[in-house]
Amino acid sequence: MSKLSQKHLLGIKDITRDDIELIFETADNFKEVINRPIRKVPSLRDVTIANVFFENSTRTRLSFELAEKRLSADVINFSASNSSVKKGETLLDTVNNILAMKVDMIVMRHASPGAPHYLARHIDANIVNAGDGTHEHPTQALLDTYSIRERLGSVSGKKVAIIGDILHSRVALSNIFALQKLGAKVMVCGPPTLLPKFIGQLGVQVELDVRKALQWCDVANVLRIQLERQQIKYFPSLREYSLYYGINRKMLEELQKPVVVMHPGPINRGVEISSDAADSPHSIILDQVENGVAIRMAVLYLLAARP
Amino acid sequence: MQKKLILDSNLLDITVSRLCQQLIENHNTFSDTVIIGMQPRGIFLAELIHTKLEKHIKRDIPLGYLDVTFHRDDFRRRDEPILPKENRIPFIIEEKNVVLVDDVLFTGRTVRAAMDALIAFGRPAKVELLVMIDRKYNRELPIAPDYVGRTVNTMASQRVLVELQAQGHKQNKIWLINKD
Repeated sequence: MSKLSQKHLLGIKDITRDDIELIFETADNFKEVINRPIRKVPSLRDVTIANVFFENSTRTRLSFELAEKRLSADVINFSASNSSVKKGETLLDTVNNILAMKVDMIVMRHASPGAPHYLARHIDANIVNAGDGTHEHPTQALLDTYSIRERLGSVSGKKVAIIGDILHSRVALSNIFALQKLGAKVMVCGPPTLLPKFIGQLGVQVELDVRKALQWCDVANVLRIQLERQQIKYFPSLREYSLYYGINRKMLEELQKPVVVMHPGPINRGVEISSDAADSPHSIILDQVENGVAIRMAVLYLLAARP
Repeated sequence: MQKKLILDSNLLDITVSRLCQQLIENHNTFSDTVIIGMQPRGIFLAELIHTKLEKHIKRDIPLGYLDVTFHRDDFRRRDEPILPKENRIPFIIEEKNVVLVDDVLFTGRTVRAAMDALIAFGRPAKVELLVMIDRKYNRELPIAPDYVGRTVNTMASQRVLVELQAQGHKQNKIWLINKD
């Protein structure tokens, strides 16, 4: 198979294991490309991509933009903070106006879950979801699982614990889907207030004690506390959260076994993870960032092949 | 489907030997020359020539593989994308003489892509092209090989099939196939 089953990348839920493996194989090649003296290929030179960000982002946006430029695509950037959205334009109108300027693909981040799915029903261009509210963040899950595959040889059969604010995390949901499709065992761990009530129905284990979770897992994916999405208090204080759920190097070294530590960023050092753990040899946080560009190149390349 | 044998095992061996002699004639001791096989099928021929050359020259000659998928000009014009293969050029090509090796030269578009892909790795002093089969009258670009195993007059509807032992075939053979 050399073609994705979908025209869009809206979520990991919609794609197959074969799709994920095709993206990984293609990303292997792009990883070689971005480590060359000239880190650029002309594949997408006749493709125009709009990065439409209705919500703030640094890493994802930079990573997408770099991936697009490494593929020689033409790139336009749009952010809601300085646009007509403020003047009352609807999402569909905004995007249709961008498409009228002959744009082939849309990379979109939006605060509302399902926004890219809605768009996919109304427009022709390929859409890549760069995060929709608390729903999915497919490219993050792809780069996370790709990084696990790179470090441990494969994802299948590995035990992965996702630790932290599961309730507000699109990274958690996409990771659960991706890991399960690739045959990994998944556990979520966090304070009861930050775990969705019916998370067990997704077939994941639930653990409230972070030490037990670490004891169990091969990989710990530590998530950020998303204070910006929390309208009420879910735990007494950040200090208390850090005390019970923060990962530090001492905990990792007491385990007597290697645990790979991941974090999708941005890190709140000293809250969910301490500096000595984030910068330890256990950590593959910066590999994740590097792999992010290769994964996004692969996704854009494969989607561009199905206009 | 009709198959016609263009080169059998014996003849192919003689041809490879002749190509090696021509290369030695031009590149002498191969001190500044590298061989690069084009993915996916050119690499087997490149390996064949490389092994033979090293026997003659009695020194190591750098051998690499080049994949041109990302540099093709027909991306988004085909129904399915071509899956890329491995690039392996573990040496510097800057100021080197590069011999590009492929099994069949047809429209010349792959070779154009290869030259494009190659300069992403540096600026070679000279690039030459070696092909086992040159399909005459089918070129779409002004590209000509420097070393040719066999020139064949073909129609666009025909296909050249290269079977090498390195690819898992019993014998080295090259066929011309008529598609009905």
